[in-house]
Amino acid sequence: MEIGVFLLFALLAVTSALVVVVHRNPVYSVMSLVVTLVSTAVLFVMLGAPFLAALQVLVYTGAILVLFLFVIMLLNIERETQRTNGGWFKKLAALISAAIFVAIVGSISLQAYTGRFLEALTPESVAIEPLARELFSTYLLPFEIIGLLLLAAVVGATVLARKQDAVSPEKER
Amino acid sequence: MTVPVSWYLLLAVMLFAIGAAGALTRRNGIAIFLSIELMLNAANLSLVAYGRVVAERTMDLASAHTAQIIVFFVLAVAAAEAAVGLALFIAVYRKRRTIDVDRLNLLRW
Repeated sequence: MEIGVFLLFALLAVTSALVVVVHRNPVYSVMSLVVTLVSTAVLFVMLGAPFLAALQVLVYTGAILVLFLFVIMLLNIERETQRTNGGWFKKLAALISAAIFVAIVGSISLQAYTGRFLEALTPESVAIEPLARELFSTYLLPFEIIGLLLLAAVVGATVLARKQDAVSPEKER
Repeated sequence: MTVPVSWYLLLAVMLFAIGAAGALTRRNGIAIFLSIELMLNAANLSLVAYGRVVAERTMDLASAHTAQIIVFFVLAVAAAEAAVGLALFIAVYRKRRTIDVDRLNLLRW
């Protein structure tokens, strides 16, 4: 049962990840990334992290990817044209990512415990309350700093995306 | 019947390799950005899987919670990064009318 669910969503994640990378139209890439992230959220639930699954759906697909869609529609980007002399570069990139794949799989298989089956989830292992206790006691300072970082990002994004002559319209002409 | 943890790790590596290939080959700046988000997501998946395994081996859920809190922070930083990155793309597009990274070669050697 659990193996069937895992295989279904793993297959969905890998297929839609390939569509993200291959499709020329960025809108379809974003939509396909939504499918990848939601299937990863399902895997988070299976790994005993329902809080992260909810965050993944709410923050990633609900906020970040909508932001991507907004920017794509705002910029009115044309489809990518075929690169004329990029054949060797594509091969090189495929080689590099295959090398990454082999290297990481190799280092994973060297570890002793990766072959073992996970134990079934218990109500204690998926409880969110101890997670919240730890987040707001041990990790309280990083939590506050993340809030500050997000504020800085909001201010920075606003400054960057603002029209340059919005402050002083009479200065330019 | 549960799934071996190596399957999760294998899936994470596959997603990471696909994202790396996309970040290297795509020329649309936003598509490169999406590939990077894919790689971040793969790293999150492997973090959660490792946290679960270590928690089972040590009979202590604290490491699983630590892994999940790290992923929580990664999500927050990814949100900040996406906001600033997309604002940069808007600024570049205003100036150059394109975000094709092959044509943004002002700083090239």
